[in-house]
Amino acid sequence: MIRWIWVSLFICFSGYTLLVYRECDSTQASADSKALAGMQTWQEKNCQSCHQLYGLGGYMGPDLTNVISEPGKGSDYMKSFIKYGTGSMPNFNLTDNEVANLIAFLDWVDKSGQSRVHPSSVHWTGTYNLSK
Amino acid sequence: MSKSLQLYFAFSLAMLLLALFFGAVAAFAFLYPEFYNKYLPFYQLRPMHVSSALFWIISGATAGILFYKKAAFDTTNSQPRVEKTFIYLWMGTVVVVFIFYAFKKFGGREYWEFPPFLGLAILAAWLFLMYSYYTSWTKRKKKPPLYVWMWSTGILFFLITFIEQNLYQLTWFRQSFLREITVQWKSNGAMVGAWNQMIYGTSLYIMVKMSGDEQIARGRKTYFFYFLGLTNLMFNWGHHIYNVPGASWIRHVSYAISMTEWLILISIIQGFKAKLTEQRKYRHLLSYRFLIASEYWILLNLLLALFMSIPAVNRYTHGTHITVAHAMGATIGINTMILLASIGYIIKIDRLNVARKKYITIGFITSQASLLVFWLSLITAGILKGYRDVALHITPFQEMMRPVISVLHVFAIAGVVLFAGMALIVFNYIKALAQMKPTHEKRFAKNEGLIGLNPILNNSSKTGNVKPIVKPT
Ligand code: HEC
Ligand code: HEM
Repeated sequence: MIRWIWVSLFICFSGYTLLVYRECDSTQASADSKALAGMQTWQEKNCQSCHQLYGLGGYMGPDLTNVISEPGKGSDYMKSFIKYGTGSMPNFNLTDNEVANLIAFLDWVDKSGQSRVHPSSVHWTGTYNLSK
Repeated sequence: MSKSLQLYFAFSLAMLLLALFFGAVAAFAFLYPEFYNKYLPFYQLRPMHVSSALFWIISGATAGILFYKKAAFDTTNSQPRVEKTFIYLWMGTVVVVFIFYAFKKFGGREYWEFPPFLGLAILAAWLFLMYSYYTSWTKRKKKPPLYVWMWSTGILFFLITFIEQNLYQLTWFRQSFLREITVQWKSNGAMVGAWNQMIYGTSLYIMVKMSGDEQIARGRKTYFFYFLGLTNLMFNWGHHIYNVPGASWIRHVSYAISMTEWLILISIIQGFKAKLTEQRKYRHLLSYRFLIASEYWILLNLLLALFMSIPAVNRYTHGTHITVAHAMGATIGINTMILLASIGYIIKIDRLNVARKKYITIGFITSQASLLVFWLSLITAGILKGYRDVALHITPFQEMMRPVISVLHVFAIAGVVLFAGMALIVFNYIKALAQMKPTHEKRFAKNEGLIGLNPILNNSSKTGNVKPIVKPT
């Protein structure tokens, strides 16, 4: 009996996993090679230890999901942070190419959706209805 | 116990000390970045802290399982060499991970920030562990009690989730950022469930051994909650990514599944009176006190987790220090306390001399008190950030964070006290471990466990007062 419940749950889990892989997103444009290289740099320099994307990551710095499309900010604004650092953000001595790749990566992330949930998306049952 | 297993226990305790040390330094690096960025920046300390914390938990859990398995399966260790290979490969890889961190060589993702090729060595080590564990499992002489199911589930799901975490190496998984982040947090979330299975199984095992009542690892209700935990492991991970605008059904499924954990809360409250009776009976045992502590922390963290799992509430708590309170509240309050109970049970802290026991007791009280302050200050910091950022939209970032930083000073100081309290426990554990004579695990469990320490304990199977232990994932 216990074994059967276990196996049934495991089968559901496997099916759900495949479904998630296939269907969790079918709308986004693929990353180009610059964005993929930027993602690599993002990981190698460990930007995620201080920054969040979609609220996930470390908490020392701000969430960067949509900074590039924020009014008054944008890619030049970001470039100066990434290139020179600030008092609290270190300077990683990145090459111009690495900075450009990071910006391409963050631009691609921005296009995947909004990190903030607007109050009007909250359903009365407590869940969200999000459309991109 | 074999020399290599003894060393492995000491290694896991050393990881705990490192986690505490790096955590305490990281907290100050967070508060004073201008100074620390020159010497030991936060982006180096955070992975060192988080990885040592995870390695402590996984090493402590697997060392315990390797130790208990001989008695639990009633077989002698048929794979000593495989077990040894696991231990040395695992410990060696962890050391290499820290060398890479020391040279600021990263490349992985959150919690596993080392260059990904090192994952291959971790994977290989785990396969050795599985081989050693499952061959004993197949040779077992009796029907497996629940804790055996929990260990087996945990070990298997660690493998699955570890592989899943690395699927991003295949380009297809990175072609969509939403897919990339969904799969990352699917595996991270389920992996926490996997080590919880190993650790809760261990806690159940010690409870059985202390009470001498095998029944608590069998009954229907116990199995019901095991399957509830397993269902949550498999399907609740979406609560990490409620705000990610991928397919909506992922959000709805994880919200619904997460809410089933209210049943666990209700069950804990229902069983509270019986729990108090049980606590009065075993309170004099130091190792049991760690279990009691873990149960109070379960109650607090479960309440917090249930609220955070409601998307409308998560809108305010996500991306704030409330998440950190949840993560550390659970890994320290629940996982670490159970593992300290388990190791304490193995090294028989209740038979140490009075002075040693006194130090451990002082360490215990200090760490519980400071952990409470630590946890509450993280929650306060999180509420402040949620309110100022999500409700008031204060910019710039530094201005929004100003009062949050003030509260985090309390957190950092509580962290230093926590470090001191836990270090007192760990030093005494390591001393006792070093003085242990090699004994066979099977004989240990049969003749030298806590059963027999106290005449009341020997009767407990007749009184049947011990309640099944019910825990969230
Ligand atoms: C040690 C922590 C830390 C690390 C590591 C770090 N940052 Fe930062 N970053 C910060 C902090 C703190 C701020 C806010 C600075 C301020 O307001 O002075 C910031 C600000 C930024 C900003 C401006 C955001 C805004 O809305 O104003 C960008 C863009 C940025 N960082 C990108 C990066 C990238 C890319 C990396 C990796 C190469 C990185 N950061 C690594 C701490 C860090
Ligand atoms: C056994 C002891 C400990 C364990 C198991 C542990 C575990 C963890 C975990 C899992 C995280 C990741 C949290 C997240 O991503 O949300 C974390 C982060 C952190 N911990 Fe600990 N921790 C321990 C002790 C400490 C101590 C004593 C301090 C000292 C104050 C500390 C300070 C921190 C800091 C500053 C972070 C980073 C938070 C951020 O990104 O802003 N930890 N810890």
